[in-house]
Amino acid sequence: MAVTNFGYGINRPRAIDLDTNDLRKSRDIIAEMPELQTCIGCGSCTASCTAGNLTDFNFRKLHTSVRRGEYKGAYEEIGKCMLCGKCRLVCPRGINTRGLVMLLKRKLGDF
Amino acid sequence: MVKRVVIVGGGAAGMQTALELKSRGIEPMIVERDIELGGKVRGWHKLFPSFTPAGDVLKPIAERIKAERIRCFLGQDVVGIASDGVTLRSGERILADAVVIATGFTLFDAHRKQEYGYGLYDNVITSVDLERMMNGGKVMLADGSEPRRIAILHCVGSRDEKVGQRHCSKVCCITGVKQAIELKQLFPTADVFNFYMDIRMFGPGYEELYREAQEKYNVHFVRGRISEAAETINKRIQIKAEDTLTGRPLRMTVDMLVLLVGMNANYENGDLAAKSGLSLAPNGYFMAQNSFLGTVCSECEGIFFAGAATAPKSLADTLAEASLTASKVDEFLRNKFPSWQ
Ligand SMILES: Cc1cc2nc3c(=O)[nH]c(=O)nc-3n(C[C@H](O)[C@H](O)[C@H](O)COP(=O)(O)OP(=O)(O)OC[C@H]3O[C@@H](n4cnc5c(N)ncnc54)[C@H](O)[C@@H]3O)c2cc1C
Ligand code: SF4
Ligand code: SF4
Ligand code: SF4
Repeated sequence: MAVTNFGYGINRPRAIDLDTNDLRKSRDIIAEMPELQTCIGCGSCTASCTAGNLTDFNFRKLHTSVRRGEYKGAYEEIGKCMLCGKCRLVCPRGINTRGLVMLLKRKLGDF
Repeated sequence: MVKRVVIVGGGAAGMQTALELKSRGIEPMIVERDIELGGKVRGWHKLFPSFTPAGDVLKPIAERIKAERIRCFLGQDVVGIASDGVTLRSGERILADAVVIATGFTLFDAHRKQEYGYGLYDNVITSVDLERMMNGGKVMLADGSEPRRIAILHCVGSRDEKVGQRHCSKVCCITGVKQAIELKQLFPTADVFNFYMDIRMFGPGYEELYREAQEKYNVHFVRGRISEAAETINKRIQIKAEDTLTGRPLRMTVDMLVLLVGMNANYENGDLAAKSGLSLAPNGYFMAQNSFLGTVCSECEGIFFAGAATAPKSLADTLAEASLTASKVDEFLRNKFPSWQ
């Protein structure tokens, strides 16, 4: 007898789970660039971002997610950055955000 | 003839006001409900923002109180206030030419936020418990082991309609930053997460300390309120929040959850105010005459305020305010008794 598909399914949980996420890479990135932890989530980098104004690239969200151990798709995402460096001019914490792009590319290549 | 002023409350505010009045040739008396002077600060370990031991600030003040022979009525509860003196619970009245209310604040009772399990789960503690542990020389989990992952929750009993406390307690953000650093100093390999709604760094050096916690101590700041905590079978604490900066729910298990309890107004303020003709601000603190030139004056002539009785304040602000209170009392007495001195 054919199984009727009622349209229900199991969704993958959306929650960030800090018990199961592998935080080693995140620790590694922060250790290389401790200033990244001073981010206050102001969004200036995203607001000024050339790529972010043309695509759905959100630099603030991206590096916050990476710090929480969410690496999936991050490497592909960071490829949208054009390395224009505008974000670095506006960051109120003086974070070398352009340098961070390079760091993320280097560290996340294998994800 | 010597002028006498009775000060209700022998915390930092009351003690410092007494010393300032004394140096102006006025005779202060302190009525303190506790059997010791000092108020809440007696329970703190090291003070933000400079990590000065609390005793280094309190002891010299207490010694001067003794040296100046300031009269202290200890273990006496004031139940009535008027401009010509106060009434003790025993019914006895202490008469004076002016009164200073320095009754401070009440710590939020964390049991009231049941969703965080304070009193139910062994490893959920308050910021006050943590100060006590540090004073006792040992911070540890209920089973005596060291925490490896700690969460600190801001705004517990503040900015929360559910417990009838709409105001911001002002000092808990910086206390949370201070305690995060202290925990990292004690347990350098532990991970510390501060869950905050807004970070309010109002004082000199506070923002700098926040930055130091982030950059030097690698404290993780997550913007989002923990919605609930549950105990696991091995006594760890499972917490849920939204990481609002990534827009996703977040969950994790920690060894210890520290609740940054807020500063509430004293419950008896309403009763004291009603009897004396004073009014209260919507948050239950005593209402000052106005927000600029009359911050330590009340609506009743001869009754003044000092310290956290009118709003949450840091110790530095409390001590500074005491001089202002003394000068306003002095001015009042000189106007009232023109022939005095
Ligand atoms: C967790 C926490 C940590 C803190 N850490 C710091 C810090 O590191 N640095 C800093 O600058 N500030 C800190 N503060 C703030 C500091 O505690 C206050 O600024 C200070 O306690 C205010 O002093 P006060 O005398 O106005 O009030 P209190 O300390 O509350 O003293 C009031 C006194 O009045 C007495 N009293 C009340 N009602 C009556 C009555 N009816 N009759 C007789 N006596 C009465 C009480 O028993 C008490 O002794 C912290 C606050 C909290 C909550
Ligand atoms: S360097 Fe990259 S992330 Fe920064 S503003 Fe330019 S495109 Fe955006
Ligand atoms: S501009 Fe700087 S502080 Fe603001 S979100 Fe971007 S990295 Fe963080
Ligand atoms: S000082 Fe910070 S933790 Fe305390 S009530 Fe205000 S915002 Fe919340």
